Amino acid sequence: MSNLSTAERSAAPTSPLLTVKQLRVDLPVAKGTLHAVRGIDFHVERGEMLCLVGESGCGKSMTSLALMGLLPGKAQINADCLNFDGVNLLTVSERERSNLRGARMAMIFQEPMTALNPAYTLGNQLCEALLRHQRVSRKAAHDRALYLLERVGISAAEERMRQYPHQLSGGLRQRVMIAMALMCEPDLIIADEPTTALDVTIQAQILHLLRDLQQEFGTAIIFITHDLGVVARIADRVAVMYAGEVIETASAQALFNAPSHPYTQGLLRCIPTPGKTLPGSRLQAIPGVVPSLIDKVEGCAFCNRCDQADERCYSTPPLQTVAEGHLSRCHFAHQLANPANLNAQEVTL
Amino acid sequence: MSSAANPRDPLALELCSLSKTFKLGGGMLHKSQTLKAVNDVSLRVPRGQVMGLVGESGCGKSTLAKMLLGLTKPSSGDVLINGKAIVNANQKALARHIQPIFQDPYSSLNPRQRIAQIVGLPLRIHAIGTPKEQALKVEEMLDMVGLPKRAAQQYPGQMSGGQRQRVAIARALIMRPDLVICDEPTSALDVSVQAQILNLLLDLKDEFGLTYLFISHDLAVVEHLADRLAVMYLGRIVEEGTREQIFNAPRHPYTQALLASALTPEPGLGVPDIGLGAGQPDPTQPPSGCAFHPRCPVAKPQCSQQSPALSAIAQGATQATHQSSQARVACHFA
Repeated sequence: MSNLSTAERSAAPTSPLLTVKQLRVDLPVAKGTLHAVRGIDFHVERGEMLCLVGESGCGKSMTSLALMGLLPGKAQINADCLNFDGVNLLTVSERERSNLRGARMAMIFQEPMTALNPAYTLGNQLCEALLRHQRVSRKAAHDRALYLLERVGISAAEERMRQYPHQLSGGLRQRVMIAMALMCEPDLIIADEPTTALDVTIQAQILHLLRDLQQEFGTAIIFITHDLGVVARIADRVAVMYAGEVIETASAQALFNAPSHPYTQGLLRCIPTPGKTLPGSRLQAIPGVVPSLIDKVEGCAFCNRCDQADERCYSTPPLQTVAEGHLSRCHFAHQLANPANLNAQEVTL
Repeated sequence: MSSAANPRDPLALELCSLSKTFKLGGGMLHKSQTLKAVNDVSLRVPRGQVMGLVGESGCGKSTLAKMLLGLTKPSSGDVLINGKAIVNANQKALARHIQPIFQDPYSSLNPRQRIAQIVGLPLRIHAIGTPKEQALKVEEMLDMVGLPKRAAQQYPGQMSGGQRQRVAIARALIMRPDLVICDEPTSALDVSVQAQILNLLLDLKDEFGLTYLFISHDLAVVEHLADRLAVMYLGRIVEEGTREQIFNAPRHPYTQALLASALTPEPGLGVPDIGLGAGQPDPTQPPSGCAFHPRCPVAKPQCSQQSPALSAIAQGATQATHQSSQARVACHFA
């Protein structure tokens, strides 16, 4: 099929910061092997915000851990290509890996309370990565931490540096995590549900801050979330995941205005949206549940929940290009993208 | 239609100046602090309606819910269910009228009991019917919440999050209560499953004539479900009104900020800058005057001295002014 070549072509002009091709993550579990990530392709351009969106168990967190080299020891990772700015992350030594981690790729976790060490002061933890990766004095590291704390909107930063994580509220802790991720000016930040544990007012502030800092420092961000509202507001591009696969990739505009996979369409229909859904009316839920990834999934993973499925869906659908930079893993992608020319598509299929 | 509702009183639930104060710490060397978790809350929930309760974490929503369920005794004030005060009502009598659905369907179901036992427990405690009748009732209830027959013999560990929440709903409704306290019932669920559960809650409300107090931080969900809405901040209700009043014309600056920070799936709008400053102040040392004034974008000197009362908004002459549709707001400048 011509699909892959199109994906490559769209990525070709400037070499992407991160290229992932056919990434697979398998985890041995009691009942067999859990195929958590089943051959996903995506890339991240320099300075762009890519949102990985999907429901729990779709493999989005496993993908991020695979990129950071933080998968549990039993996990098996396979890929055709896992390239971070010229470095092959599959063959890189543990020593080189830890030189990358924290310095050129950093991570922001969902739960800042468990991600921060309760036994060390914030100043200590903020400076740690910088002192580990760069030849700087303690004074310089301290100054940088102070500057970033102020930059992420923490008042009385000097005093905060001497405090412990438990002395801060959830919103403040998440700000500290962001400051920590920025300490070494990384090229890529992976933010795994960074605002899910926060209140909506704090969430808006943190997202605003992340967007500002990203533009100021030119950092690329992989933002992992299940919240489509967040995705719509911050993403440059979106990759929708389902059952360990990326089923649709598009710019944020294209994804929300012309979703071309039944799962994406279903997701957008089932969230109550002011002005679109009538209050008190029935929502269009997606029936059924996600398939188990322990056994091999045959054909389209979504077909048992899909109202469009027919016998074609027993075979695995290829990624189809529905528009420039807009890919969908569905046999009916073209019809879904443009329901008007349904007849024209029948001919080409 | 089987409705257990008592038609005599038009209010399913009424809260009269309800307060709850907790004592924190205290010992030989430290002075104890007091935390006003719920502060002088008055609220009327008409029968058959959905009252949404929103606010940030720590604003007292869950303490309020616990007092309604009789799990915590109020420090002062009254809770009236169907017009009767519950202060001295015993737990068992209360449980017939009011039931909870909790946020986390993983921790709110006993992992060692089969679903039939979990759902049938209220019937056994209240000794309603013979074991055979109880089993029939459980089966009927499971069917109503959309679970297959075989679910009765399963354990919670064998079910998905959405199925477990259906079990929790079945358990809450098997006593045919009038009032259900839904404490973030869908926030632990995926969006595709959330829609299923919200649909179920709406269907059952009509079927049984239920009244919901729906606590949530997800404003889109509240807007979809609630007839009326109360907004809480640091233990107090700062604004209350119908869905249209709150969502179309919010009066309180906090409500306005809360609505502005809700991210709807509309690309290109960006993240709003709500200008609220830092997070909530320490609830053990609430700010003087209006508790919201340190974060308020329109605060005036008056706000730090005088606490605004929650008072009815003057309605236009053409608008109906019966009490139930009146909006209330606690702000000097509303």
